Amino acid sequence: METVTLTIKNQPSLYLEADNISPDAFAGKSAENIAALHAYEGNTQTTLGDHFEISGKGGATATETRIIVNGDVSKVKYIGMKMTGGEIVVNGNPDMYVGAWMQGGKITVKGNVDAFAGTGMKGGEIVIDGDAGNYLGAAYRGDWRGMQGGKITVKGNAGSDIGTFMNGGEIVIGGDVDVHVATHAEGGKIVVKGNAKSRVGGQMVEGEIIVFGDIEVMMPGFIYRKDVDLEVDGISARFALYEGDIGERHRKRKGEVIYGKLYQKY
Amino acid sequence: MTKTVTDVVCPFCGTLCDDLEVVVSDDGKQLLEVYNACAIGAEKFLHSQAEDRLTRPRLQQEDGSWKDVTYDEAIEYTAQMLASSTKPLMYGWSSTNCEAQGVGSEIGEITGAVMDNTATVCHGTSLIAVQDIGIPHCTLGEVKNRADRVVFWGCNPAHAHPRHMSRYSIFPRGFFTGKGHKGRKVIVIDPRKTDTANVADVHLQIEQGRDYELLDALRVAFKGLPLPDVVAGIPKEQIYEAAEVLKSGRFVIIFFGMGVTQSLGKNHNIDEAIAVTRDLNEYTKAAIMPMRGHYNVTGSGAVWGWQFGFPFAVDLSRGFARYNPGETTSNDLLRRGEVDSVFVLGSDPGAHFPFSSVKKISELPSVCIDPHQTPTTAVCKLHVPVAFVGVEIGGCAYRMDNVPIETRKVVEAPEGMMTDEEFLEKVLVRIKEIKGE
Repeated sequence: METVTLTIKNQPSLYLEADNISPDAFAGKSAENIAALHAYEGNTQTTLGDHFEISGKGGATATETRIIVNGDVSKVKYIGMKMTGGEIVVNGNPDMYVGAWMQGGKITVKGNVDAFAGTGMKGGEIVIDGDAGNYLGAAYRGDWRGMQGGKITVKGNAGSDIGTFMNGGEIVIGGDVDVHVATHAEGGKIVVKGNAKSRVGGQMVEGEIIVFGDIEVMMPGFIYRKDVDLEVDGISARFALYEGDIGERHRKRKGEVIYGKLYQKY
Repeated sequence: MTKTVTDVVCPFCGTLCDDLEVVVSDDGKQLLEVYNACAIGAEKFLHSQAEDRLTRPRLQQEDGSWKDVTYDEAIEYTAQMLASSTKPLMYGWSSTNCEAQGVGSEIGEITGAVMDNTATVCHGTSLIAVQDIGIPHCTLGEVKNRADRVVFWGCNPAHAHPRHMSRYSIFPRGFFTGKGHKGRKVIVIDPRKTDTANVADVHLQIEQGRDYELLDALRVAFKGLPLPDVVAGIPKEQIYEAAEVLKSGRFVIIFFGMGVTQSLGKNHNIDEAIAVTRDLNEYTKAAIMPMRGHYNVTGSGAVWGWQFGFPFAVDLSRGFARYNPGETTSNDLLRRGEVDSVFVLGSDPGAHFPFSSVKKISELPSVCIDPHQTPTTAVCKLHVPVAFVGVEIGGCAYRMDNVPIETRKVVEAPEGMMTDEEFLEKVLVRIKEIKGE
């Protein structure tokens, strides 16, 4: 595996849209060729070389390419957008759209990410050591297919609207979450190890939510069914199973209505 | 001698009343009286006659004083500012006609601007929800003639849309609603006892910020499924009762406003309200309508809808239209420092945006086009007063139910004053020259 190291040298005056920072764009390119790849600041086209010190070279394919991003990247958007393989390590706090529409490979962020990380994600893995912003693993505006596959792990807290329109994949939050978890979900799984506020599973059709802490306000559309023993992430415990959102439409399988499942730890 | 102009359209709120009568002097230069309008609408017409009205552009000096400049100098300043920006924000567009919005769109496209209208702090969230799950809609004419169940959710038309209740929603006698308000059941959902709540048959005094839960509970109640004892501060018996009132109507209309669009959950509240409307259509006929504020905010959404495919928060910086509220909305752009100049037309962000955003506007190169002196004109570098649309110049406007109505010119603008459209046309020509196109 070849490694490309990007270190930010010139901060953008506004924000930098760097959707070319991905193993797919870097594969088969030398540091010089990578420096010539486009980035955008507002209506102005720049290059990655204008903003980053670049060393190393890309592997033959995306899968054989590893990218390390260093420095203050809090004004850099779209890192790892649409990547299909390989690896990205960000040593900083990147801005919006980290791993948006990602299909494969792995992104590790040793800091916080802003909103829209993992938007419309189809596969691969995102690991965030710090906190995540709003709309983590949600659908892009107007899309009814949110996160469809892959896994997002956040060690800190996450914002609101996580997993909107989710229909596959898994999101694990180590800390607390803000309002609206798995709204409109039709599948997938969300684990919240801390507390949740309200609107957990609103308009949920199918899928699973597991909450370890408190839920400040429970949706009226969720009904308590029974207690179950579960093993989640290596932790065995007793959970209360709620089903819902009973106000929403649901399909039937073998004559039985299928609901979304909400587990809350005792 | 005076003359009376009839069937005048009121350019104030989204109700766009079209039955005003305006008395003007014989030479058509003075507007004397306004009939049939609400207090706010009448004031809008009469304010065009204000003694202290500005009639020429003015530029703010270093020391905060103002210097009068010519329209030509103002055009040059605006064109230079927009042409040299990396990412200009062009905000407002709600109190002007569709013709001006069209020219503005062209400027936005050439300069790679972010185009945003007042929906961004108003019904933009409704537009997000509509995109997510669609909307069962109707016109206000249908409401007047058919609706026998009227819901006002988080809105207070008694104050914000004063003639809405008498023209369309509660009191008028229509084709199938011959008994007027006696044949209608009015439900108001509001945490406060508003003047609209005072005329309601049912007032559900909801706990602040729990609209989503109550809407969800209504959907459960429609299906006859069990509910918790209390939802959003409302006992379940009352919720089942309200659900029954709605289901038993022949035509249900839900009007909603800022109380749901800008409180916790925002677009999700509307999303769920639309789902309630959709569910009601299983039992009866139901429609839902946002109470749009500015008289032509709906029109700017329509213009951008057909130009760019998105109704607000359109980012044209990379030459194609992108839209993602949360990133491309005015307050996010300003707060995060994503834009390097601000152009405002037909709106007053100075009065309605958070202080942190207004501060950013004051720090950036900025131009404000507005007939009035507002908190926005006070913080902008250049203020260009223009003729009042719907008073001194006509043009197309869209009512809150998406019906286009041609507004009318009733009086002459002060001599030498430009209109929004004329000013923008000249700026467009100049930007094309600067960019060498």
